[in-house]
Amino acid sequence: MFDWPLLQQNAPLLLGALWVTLQVSIAALVFGFVIGIVVGSLRLSPIPLLRRLGGAYIFVFRGIPLLVQLLFIYYFLPRVGLPNVSPTVAAIIGLSLAAGAYIAEIMRGGFRAIPGGQLEAAGLLGMSDAQMLMRIRVPQAVRLTLPALVNEMILLIKASSLVSVVGLADLTRTAQNLAASDYMFVQDYLMLAGFYCLINVPLAYAASLLERRLKERTA
Amino acid sequence: MTFDPSIFTDHLGDIGLGFLVTLGTWSSGVLLGLALGMLIAVAQVFGNNLMRVPLRVFIELIRSTPFLVQLFLVYYGGPSFGISLDPIPAGILGLGVYGGVYFAEIFRTGFQSVARGQLEAADCLGITRLQSIWRIQLPQMLVMILPALVNMVTVLCKETAVLSIITIPELTMVLTGIGSETFAFVETLLMLCIGYLILVELCSRLGMFLETRVGRFMSRQPR
Repeated sequence: MFDWPLLQQNAPLLLGALWVTLQVSIAALVFGFVIGIVVGSLRLSPIPLLRRLGGAYIFVFRGIPLLVQLLFIYYFLPRVGLPNVSPTVAAIIGLSLAAGAYIAEIMRGGFRAIPGGQLEAAGLLGMSDAQMLMRIRVPQAVRLTLPALVNEMILLIKASSLVSVVGLADLTRTAQNLAASDYMFVQDYLMLAGFYCLINVPLAYAASLLERRLKERTA
Repeated sequence: MTFDPSIFTDHLGDIGLGFLVTLGTWSSGVLLGLALGMLIAVAQVFGNNLMRVPLRVFIELIRSTPFLVQLFLVYYGGPSFGISLDPIPAGILGLGVYGGVYFAEIFRTGFQSVARGQLEAADCLGITRLQSIWRIQLPQMLVMILPALVNMVTVLCKETAVLSIITIPELTMVLTGIGSETFAFVETLLMLCIGYLILVELCSRLGMFLETRVGRFMSRQPR
């Protein structure tokens, strides 16, 4: 069932594709983080309309399967006058929009954990809302939600396997192509699973360590 | 960009069938996942290390790999082990295993959230292990873990869209198929999005109703 020479031949190809998967996931995490801060702040805004707007964003992007969102972007963008979006860009847009909704919920929890007195004090010191967000709320919220954010990264790396449907040669698509040519389905797909574990198992371990440390510090 | 509703009336039968397949794979996947999750959780909480360690490894492996990859292994890799499944059973098995490990983690934290003293008291009273699981732990933990369970059930609803990749004719497959046949991508994709939003929303509404319903005894005022 296993063919070692073939395995040695395929492994470097998958390693290269792993890099694509990582690039797309990290880009989506960064953009999703920005979206998450904006939408998370909207959710806590004193203005009801803005709160609803944030809620609607989360409702839509968490309620629709990522695969459908990716198909939507891939088929829909050219129709509204945005032709020639490369698969990489389409994949990053799709993953970021979805990640933004999940990170918004995480950040909302983080923002709410910050004592209101700090913000009042910052206001008295003459800080603008933007300054308060960047200097007081975000740094503390990130520290509080770091385990959740690492878990979000794991989810994103797993979700990025779906970008193969918009034609990006990520880890999953590369393994599919290899399996289609050498018919070693078990070997190729087990190797594929192994590559995902290579990244995600250490990340999961890091997340649980961070969580324990956070618990010790807050306890 | 035009919107032509006749796309749906022309293909109503296919869309209805796809919807039923989505509902069917979803519900069977959830049931299989719940059963598997409960088994794994009970084995983890009450078993010895010989059971615990392999289960822990299995859970970590499933949680670290994408659902799509697991589907590929079941559907394309299965025949090498002599397990040739049709797409739909393969999809249900995949959903069940994927959901099962997450359900197992939820059940495990549920078991651990019931105070030890209650179990020791039950032990002293001569209540058997099985009885104390059934009559003491389950009723209390179910209330606590219900939100997490409902959340996972909606996650599985969304994962059924991935089943289209292994050619299961569910909602996503049917509607994108109609889209590429008639070039009515806008209509079909919008319909698809709205369909899933309704399903997910219904599921979470039902969950919220259940939460207030089963949680009544926690907040009920003593008379």
